Amino acid sequence: MGDLVWILVSAAVVNNFTLALFLGLCPFLGVSGKVETAVRMGIANIFVMVLTALAVWVLNTFVLTAAPFLRIIAFIIVIASLVQIVEMAIKKLSPALFRALGIFLPLITTNCAILGLAIFSTNRGYGLVEGLFFAVGAGIGLTIALVLMASIRENLELADVPDFAQNMGLVLILAGALSLAFMGFAGLFSAA
Amino acid sequence: MSPAKKPPPSQELIKGIWRENPVLVQLLGLCPALAVTNSVANSLAMSGAVLFVLLGSSLLVSSIKRIVPTDVRISTYILIIATFVTIADMILEASVPAVHKELGAFVALIVVNCIILGRQEAFASKNSVGRSLLDAVGMSIGFTLTMVLMGTVREVLGNGTFLGYSVLGPNYEPWVIMILPPGGFLTLGVILLVFSWVKRRSAARDKVASSIGGPAVQEAA
Repeated sequence: MGDLVWILVSAAVVNNFTLALFLGLCPFLGVSGKVETAVRMGIANIFVMVLTALAVWVLNTFVLTAAPFLRIIAFIIVIASLVQIVEMAIKKLSPALFRALGIFLPLITTNCAILGLAIFSTNRGYGLVEGLFFAVGAGIGLTIALVLMASIRENLELADVPDFAQNMGLVLILAGALSLAFMGFAGLFSAA
Repeated sequence: MSPAKKPPPSQELIKGIWRENPVLVQLLGLCPALAVTNSVANSLAMSGAVLFVLLGSSLLVSSIKRIVPTDVRISTYILIIATFVTIADMILEASVPAVHKELGAFVALIVVNCIILGRQEAFASKNSVGRSLLDAVGMSIGFTLTMVLMGTVREVLGNGTFLGYSVLGPNYEPWVIMILPPGGFLTLGVILLVFSWVKRRSAARDKVASSIGGPAVQEAA
């Protein structure tokens, strides 16, 4: 059990997907303007990541044992179609949930965070339960990063920034500062 | 772009290097630009892989553009890209295992690199094979230049070396943070700020030159 908690915490803060591994930068830079949007994007991400973990486990256990070199192709296609199907199911079953998450789902599908999750958990040889914990941890980490960034950027709108800095450059510097702060969590490694 | 008037072929090559630089102007492919630029060697290996994948997919996509149904084009492109990425992954693993190990999952992640899919959708699917190849080469050069620039800054500052050779002497205290993740964000951030400052300054100068007597905006920067 301790191991599972460790996997979750490690993926969420120590090896934060966005701030330490640079995965999921598109949503991180693209939709981090408002806190509310960031939260919804984060939740949608956790959701897709859990689906991905399930799909990856099934593929790795039953399908790809015969042809491991087809991994990249298989992951991409299966994850993309799975998300598409689930999106249709949600639209039918729960229009409210669809309105909240719907527009984000197709955007996330071919996001590097999702494929990264699939490849990392394969490389580390995670089983089903470990993979699920890893996915939830990574999703939480992504949500934390998104929400932090969005909160900073909401305040930034009121700040008097020089003209030339009103673009991604400044956001990246902020991301660097956040990433620096998150490096502090690396100390958890020795404690575990 | 309008199909009626096409720029000369040389433009397709040059635009990717500066005016439409994939990383600095279009902000695409940031994931590899930040993740693997902690040394010049890694940056070069990554750029090589991207060049290969981009050339291969542009070639294939522009040659089959007439027979791919519009509804499934994106899936088709992704399949083509994933195939080339698998090949690149295998070649790297076989020829330079050490570098492959260091790049890790990021080679596989070229599949979801927006530069590649973006060029297929925006360019290769609408242009001739020759132009698409020129475009792919131009974009790759732009990408490579940015990657090498970042790799150089980070390796020299963070490790005191360039391609493994010491350049700052034995007394240099390495600025370790530059080769760690925050260094990637900071380096790219600073590069983007300088880039936009230069652009704004030259734009302001043009404006002043064209309307003498108007309020001087040159000091805005």
